[in-house]
Amino acid sequence: MVTQTSLNYVPVVVAAIVSGTVLSLLFILAAVVAPKRRTMISAIPYESGIPPKGSTWKQINLRYYLFAVFFLVFDIEAVFLFPWALTYLGIGAIAFFEMVIFLGILFLGLVYAWKKGVLKWT
Amino acid sequence: MSTLLITITQVSILLAFIMVMVLILTYLERKVLARIQMRMGPMRTGPYGILQSLADMMKLLAKEDIRPHGSDRMLFYLAPLFVFVPSFLIWITIPFTRNIVVENLELGLFYIVAVSTVSIVGMVLAGWASGGKYSILGSARSAAQLISYELPLVFVIAGVGILAQSFNLITIVNQQSSIPAIVYQPLGFTIFFVAGLAEVGRIPFDIPHAESEVVGGPFVEYSGIRWSIFFLAEYANTLAIATLSVLLFLGGWSGPLTEHFEWLQPIWLILKVSAILFLIFWIRATLPRFRIDQLMQFAWKILLPLSFVYIMVNATVPFVETVITSNAASNQLTGIAQIILGACQILILFLVAFAISKRRKKYLTHLHQGVPA
Repeated sequence: MVTQTSLNYVPVVVAAIVSGTVLSLLFILAAVVAPKRRTMISAIPYESGIPPKGSTWKQINLRYYLFAVFFLVFDIEAVFLFPWALTYLGIGAIAFFEMVIFLGILFLGLVYAWKKGVLKWT
Repeated sequence: MSTLLITITQVSILLAFIMVMVLILTYLERKVLARIQMRMGPMRTGPYGILQSLADMMKLLAKEDIRPHGSDRMLFYLAPLFVFVPSFLIWITIPFTRNIVVENLELGLFYIVAVSTVSIVGMVLAGWASGGKYSILGSARSAAQLISYELPLVFVIAGVGILAQSFNLITIVNQQSSIPAIVYQPLGFTIFFVAGLAEVGRIPFDIPHAESEVVGGPFVEYSGIRWSIFFLAEYANTLAIATLSVLLFLGGWSGPLTEHFEWLQPIWLILKVSAILFLIFWIRATLPRFRIDQLMQFAWKILLPLSFVYIMVNATVPFVETVITSNAASNQLTGIAQIILGACQILILFLVAFAISKRRKKYLTHLHQGVPA
């Protein structure tokens, strides 16, 4: 169903299409103008000037994953925060104290992770 | 159909405007940096070097576009789009004056938060698709940094929404017509500015690029026009963060005499945004880069708890006010509530600054005695 609210987001789609098209045209222009001298040497991945050793697809440390999980938890909290921010004054004390408890639990989670040493980057 | 044409025209004008602003911004940054370092900056191309950015653009367009061995062809070519398009989409709902805006979305701030996150995906794609060691490391680092600083930024934006009872940018600016919001939420401005700097990856938070460590991060393997698109996106983001901090905290286009002269509004906006941009350039010229462990600890141990406190303070003051006056209909803080809120936030800022400086002193004395802190 097309509502007025969803029609408000038409410029967003238009902007995505327009900017994507303009950039693609720019790439095509560059492909026409720029020189093409692809050699074996110039296409080696950059490693400070010395020939690359072994596979370039390296594993990544696990701690990045831990931070990603934390981010997910707090970002979902933020999703709940946004509708609450506009309505809690109208609902009254229940809405306010529920959010205090919710934020408190998450904050305790952060403190627990902190004490467990998860936030340490070593 | 004609409204669609009008929209396409508006969006094209906006895109051209952003690109021209980025060109001007790079020139200004080089000039400001040069002045701070007692140099002249670009002087040869045109009077005072004003054509330097144009010349750079021409040069980048005519550079060879190299794709390294072992890179993922399609993702390598698509990644610049994934970085630039979200940073341009933000501008759709950013107002320049009361009337000049492409689409005044009712949930403008929420939209900005949602869309700007997509460019993180673009960063990771760029680093991963290039298939180099430096670029993979750089993309992991930049993803870690961007998601860590995203949280304080989102919390501050929710806090601004609590006070304004709206996520519409024009409404938020109109509410600041008498006094700018920085007076009663200095803590919010501080968190927003610091997290915003980190979010666009500027010095001292330029871990993703870190020329001396990972030589440009996710963009190591890019050259020519594709590299310049990343550059374009970074500067468009810098401009967006400066404009947003002006709109949310510094009163936007409101200023003396704007009630009588409509044309003064954009001039005030430009003046305020220029001041913030100058501050960003100044910080770049002055501060050294964070180490990555310092960077992550700063986000999770200082900024995130601080933004929790900020949300609670911001939610409590209007709540107590409605309980006392038993009037939930008015969505504007009274003068007394604003003073109390401002005092609380300044107190918190001072406490945090005091705690940090004390820890720093302790660390430094340990360092001088040769004892590990």
